[in-house]
Amino acid sequence: MKDSLKNLTDVSLLWLLAIIAVMAVIPPITNSITMREDIFLILQYIALAASLNIILGFTGYVSFGHIVYYGIGGYVAFALMYFYGIHLIPAMIAGGIVCAIIAYLLGEAVLRLRGAYFAIATIGINEAVKALVNNLEFLGGSAGLFFNFKIYQNYGGAGNAIWLAYYLMAILAIVVITSNYLIKKSKFGLGLMSIREDEDAAIVLGIDTKKYKSLAYMLSAFFPGMVGAIFFFKNGNIEPVNAFHLLKSIEMIFMVVLGGFGTVTGPFVGSLLYERIRGLLLVNPLFKDLHMAVAGIILLLLILFVPSGVIGYLRDKVAILRRYVE
Amino acid sequence: MSILEVDGITKMFGGLTALNRVTFKLEEGEILGIIGPNGAGKTTLFNVICGVYPPEEGKVVFNGENITGLSPFKITRKGIARTHQVVKPLNELTVLENVMVGACFGRDYRPLAEAREIAFEILELTGLIDRAELPAGKLNVPEKKRLELSRALASNPTLLLLDEVLAGLNPAEVNEMLEIIENVRKKGITIMMIEHLMHAIMKISDRIIVLDYGEKIAEGSPEEVSKDPRVIEAYLGDPELSLKLLKKRKAEFDAAEGAEKAERAKEGT
Repeated sequence: MKDSLKNLTDVSLLWLLAIIAVMAVIPPITNSITMREDIFLILQYIALAASLNIILGFTGYVSFGHIVYYGIGGYVAFALMYFYGIHLIPAMIAGGIVCAIIAYLLGEAVLRLRGAYFAIATIGINEAVKALVNNLEFLGGSAGLFFNFKIYQNYGGAGNAIWLAYYLMAILAIVVITSNYLIKKSKFGLGLMSIREDEDAAIVLGIDTKKYKSLAYMLSAFFPGMVGAIFFFKNGNIEPVNAFHLLKSIEMIFMVVLGGFGTVTGPFVGSLLYERIRGLLLVNPLFKDLHMAVAGIILLLLILFVPSGVIGYLRDKVAILRRYVE
Repeated sequence: MSILEVDGITKMFGGLTALNRVTFKLEEGEILGIIGPNGAGKTTLFNVICGVYPPEEGKVVFNGENITGLSPFKITRKGIARTHQVVKPLNELTVLENVMVGACFGRDYRPLAEAREIAFEILELTGLIDRAELPAGKLNVPEKKRLELSRALASNPTLLLLDEVLAGLNPAEVNEMLEIIENVRKKGITIMMIEHLMHAIMKISDRIIVLDYGEKIAEGSPEEVSKDPRVIEAYLGDPELSLKLLKKRKAEFDAAEGAEKAERAKEGT
């Protein structure tokens, strides 16, 4: 970590953070609600995609049901706010920590699996948790929980509460992207990437693969937990169908692969592009129900022809970019 | 004290006994050759020493410490490094990063910046320096073999296990590699190597162990081993015939040597 901290002033990270920061301050300056909703969504995508990138992009483990941590974090934070009136920020952090702990425990079992088996197991985890929450009466079962509007009064009214959620999401997106960068530039990241390339070689080279995989999985679960907390706070209600929606998992994978897995800029670019593609398709009467089908076709073509994604491809073809784009 | 003691190692895969009570010692600074027909258990022996497979019986003692059953990464950090017969480059990482992994997680467990310096030094030694920034997947086979060796050396081992580093190399490349191995030995690193290339292993080893069907059938100097009828049988099948062939070859060799002596004597006059 010491090695990578002094890299924080690196151009390839700074321009990326600058873009996100500029993007994030447009809505408050223009005071545009539509813009805020759009950018909130993009920031959420960035945070989710960059979180998944830690386990999928750097470590090479395709966590297919990763949205489970978004749901768990959402439920933990929502319940803390709902039952105990705890403030969003500590509730959000608690959501993240619970996710990391659950990821550690589940990781002990599923991180022994490799390739498709791991992917299938993670889908199973998501579905199992969804079924469990569906049957938990105190969490409202399948109907979920609804905030009493009074909760927002602690934040100075619903309007302010939504702006708070917005700013937190912007900060979180920046934190996750920065953590991606720090991981990539650290010894820890080198170990993770070795595991991605050849796990058997990695362990013989002296890497404690079990510990490293576990840490990567915990980190990549911690952030989505917080994203879920913010999203469902802003949403005002939480129900299992929304919290553990497998489709959102696939969206996350799509964004990481589209942008370029294992890069720092990739998840950011993938999120922007996906939000645009989705927006265009959703308003088009011909495609409005088919946006995931189109995304699926794009994903297939990407994996066949540009497996390294937009950023991976550009870095490969344009040598000068390698200095400015990580 | 021996640097490595392998004591009665048995390794089974289902009903197949890959290693059967194999015992030997390795002295510090020597080069020990391991030979044997295909499927004799040579690579399995390496895998047991490195901790990839736990043995059913027996123990491996390294520097007086029992390391049997330890996880491979712990054994690596104690100072045993290896290369793979089927090369395992980290394809998407650069050659430099591959070697840095060795230095970062090996015996010395270096931080990233120091590992980079060490990797440059090692690549200079193994002649891959002009490939440093290339993704490892883009190297050709001889280069990948050298990368395996570089990565193992970067971990600063006291014992180096080489699994067929000469296979698939042309004669010039073999000589280059042998030179590198000699240099490694001069640094005081003990070496154990599996090799099929007989003339090379006979030349470079101090001592040779022969495995056949998981059993150690011979041990000794290259000369002793090459004359052992059991070894000849393992390699050629029929000991009678093999002995005859060997005698014939020896006669030819003597004759050639005689002729050469005569030649030299003639030149001398």
